[in-house]
Amino acid sequence: MSNILVYIHAPAPVPTKSQRELLALAASLGEVHAVLGGPADPIALEALTSAGANGFYTAAGGIDPAALLSPAVCLLTAAVRESAATAVLLPNSIEGREIAARAAVRLDSGVITDAIEVDAELLVTKSVLAGSYTVKAQVTRGPALITLKPNSVQLPAHETASAAAAPVRELELGDNAPAARITGTRPRTSSGRPALAEARFVVAGGRGVDGDFSAVEDLADALGAAVGASRAATDAGWIDHSAQVGQTGTTVSPQLYISAGISGAIQQKAGMQSAKTIIAINKDPDAPVFEIADLGIVGDLTQVLPQAAAEIRRRKA
Amino acid sequence: MSQNSGTPLNILVLVKHVPDVQFERHLSAPENRLDRADSVLSELDEYAIEAALALAESRGGDKAGNTVTTLTMGPSAAVNAVKKSLQMGATSGVHICDPALAGSDAVTTSMVLAAAVQSLGGFDIVLTGMASTDAETSLVPASLAERLGLAMLTNLSTLELAPGSTTITGVREAEEGAQSLEAPLPVLISVTDQANEPRYPNFRGILGAKKKKIVTLTLEELGLDAAAVGAEGSATRVVSAQARPPRSGGEIITDSGSAGIALVDFLTDAKLL
Ligand SMILES: Cc1cc2nc3c(=O)[nH]c(=O)nc-3n(C[C@H](O)[C@H](O)[C@H](O)COP(=O)(O)OP(=O)(O)OC[C@H]3O[C@@H](n4cnc5c(N)ncnc54)[C@H](O)[C@@H]3O)c2cc1C
Ligand SMILES: Nc1ncnc2c1ncn2[C@@H]1O[C@H](COP(=O)(O)O)[C@@H](O)[C@H]1O
Repeated sequence: MSNILVYIHAPAPVPTKSQRELLALAASLGEVHAVLGGPADPIALEALTSAGANGFYTAAGGIDPAALLSPAVCLLTAAVRESAATAVLLPNSIEGREIAARAAVRLDSGVITDAIEVDAELLVTKSVLAGSYTVKAQVTRGPALITLKPNSVQLPAHETASAAAAPVRELELGDNAPAARITGTRPRTSSGRPALAEARFVVAGGRGVDGDFSAVEDLADALGAAVGASRAATDAGWIDHSAQVGQTGTTVSPQLYISAGISGAIQQKAGMQSAKTIIAINKDPDAPVFEIADLGIVGDLTQVLPQAAAEIRRRKA
Repeated sequence: MSQNSGTPLNILVLVKHVPDVQFERHLSAPENRLDRADSVLSELDEYAIEAALALAESRGGDKAGNTVTTLTMGPSAAVNAVKKSLQMGATSGVHICDPALAGSDAVTTSMVLAAAVQSLGGFDIVLTGMASTDAETSLVPASLAERLGLAMLTNLSTLELAPGSTTITGVREAEEGAQSLEAPLPVLISVTDQANEPRYPNFRGILGAKKKKIVTLTLEELGLDAAAVGAEGSATRVVSAQARPPRSGGEIITDSGSAGIALVDFLTDAKLL
């Protein structure tokens, strides 16, 4: 059976949905070892084991938390050499792509980003050109480095809780490349809502909300959805930049995307048109967003959103 | 400018010529390569050019000996991306052009760019966009920095080089929140569309660009073997490509007072509630 590595950037007592997806996909391809980009306590190791890890690689002496990604690149490269892995699955984040790009140079191999499917032959499916094509691509030399988009893998209904954490191997990092230093981190203020990239439902607002996101947030809460935004709304400072959906924001593929007061520019569509179902509310009947909406509502969002939120709460009660 | 403004900077900006995102884009058989007609300077590279120009200006600009060189790798028409950067204010340009390069993937592109950076030599800062708007991998900046042995600050939404300082600082929106980062020169930086507001070429810029120098480099001049680049040299391969049927619009209703209810009915019918 072939060895597959999964890069876990920040191990935590409860693995993120994206981490679970990486481990579940890896488990369908071979024997899974998780490469840990940060410290993991016993609870985190057990949780990752339950999610599919058969073993772990960590850095001897730990990873310098202030060195930007270089130690993780060293550890991953060492783990590939140690395990002779045929594939490495990484998150599709800034971190995952950067580590993959650097490891590919060291390993003389190839990287495929934005994967939505990987088959037993390591043939990768991804969509390109803002969703206009679906391509299948392959790494032809060296271990396949693949970054996986969130919401791509069906998770098992329930994980079998493992009795004990899988074994941990410590690897020497060797020479470190010059690294930028992290001098401070301002954690995101938690909204209590689902993470945008992983959410099943997203309600997004644009310039049409005219400075007031409360109707968008209220509908999101009625649905248990994440809140998204267009660049026009984040640039205006109405909501944090981390809510931006699109080419230069987060790419989402939820079950449901409700777009309110967003015109549907190509850069916005690039980040949301792989949603399963799209509902658009816009007062301009010619807004391009209607071309991709399963349900289009020509109307004022300040009327439609509160009515929908109230109706959902009424039916759920 | 006082001495405190620091030594002049030599900055290299990587720019890519890509199909205009406003038009439909096509992959063509049999090799599934991108049709590159109607191409323009990648929008996201304008932020890198702007960042470079602003850094050079903060140290006194051209007159004080600062230079902004732009570099592209691509077919003949790609020189237009360099020309646009010269109109915006870059000092000179370089175009790597060779038929053998067609089909190079991101990691292979970084090898060619690295050879060019080494042969041109002497840069304090290499600046790139956060992603190309056609391939959108964000792999080129990090793999290039790795090849050059440079510290990298990627996806910066702000960046600063204090007067007289040789340390770049900046912020990036990472998974765990906003990270403050720093690295000493020389360094590779990629910037996001949050970093600045790119300038438009003005009349003087457009006229002035005609006199600026653009150097063309071939593979041979870079000492690279044709077999190591292009589709053949790349470690990834596109096996098949299928145009996605355009998403067809569905039902459109006009709100006459109860569209919010209709929205919820739709969710119920689609079993989303
Ligand atoms: C390099 C680059 C990268 C970009 N990246 C992104 C990105 O990642 N994500 C992104 O979203 N954009 C991005 N953009 C910007 C994009 O091109 C558009 O400018 C932006 O998406 C427009 O946002 P909007 O739809 O909210 O605003 P507008 O285009 O102004 O549309 C507002 C809409 O709201 C409607 N409206 C107004 N009032 C109401 C009301 N009361 N009820 C209902 N409807 C109402 C209007 O009819 C209109 O259609 C990028 C642009 C560039 C150049
Ligand atoms: N062919 C190229 N020539 C010059 N620069 C490039 C080229 N391809 C990518 N780049 C640079 O790398 C950045 C990221 O591109 P990518 O890795 O393709 O998403 C771009 O914004 C450019 O600055």
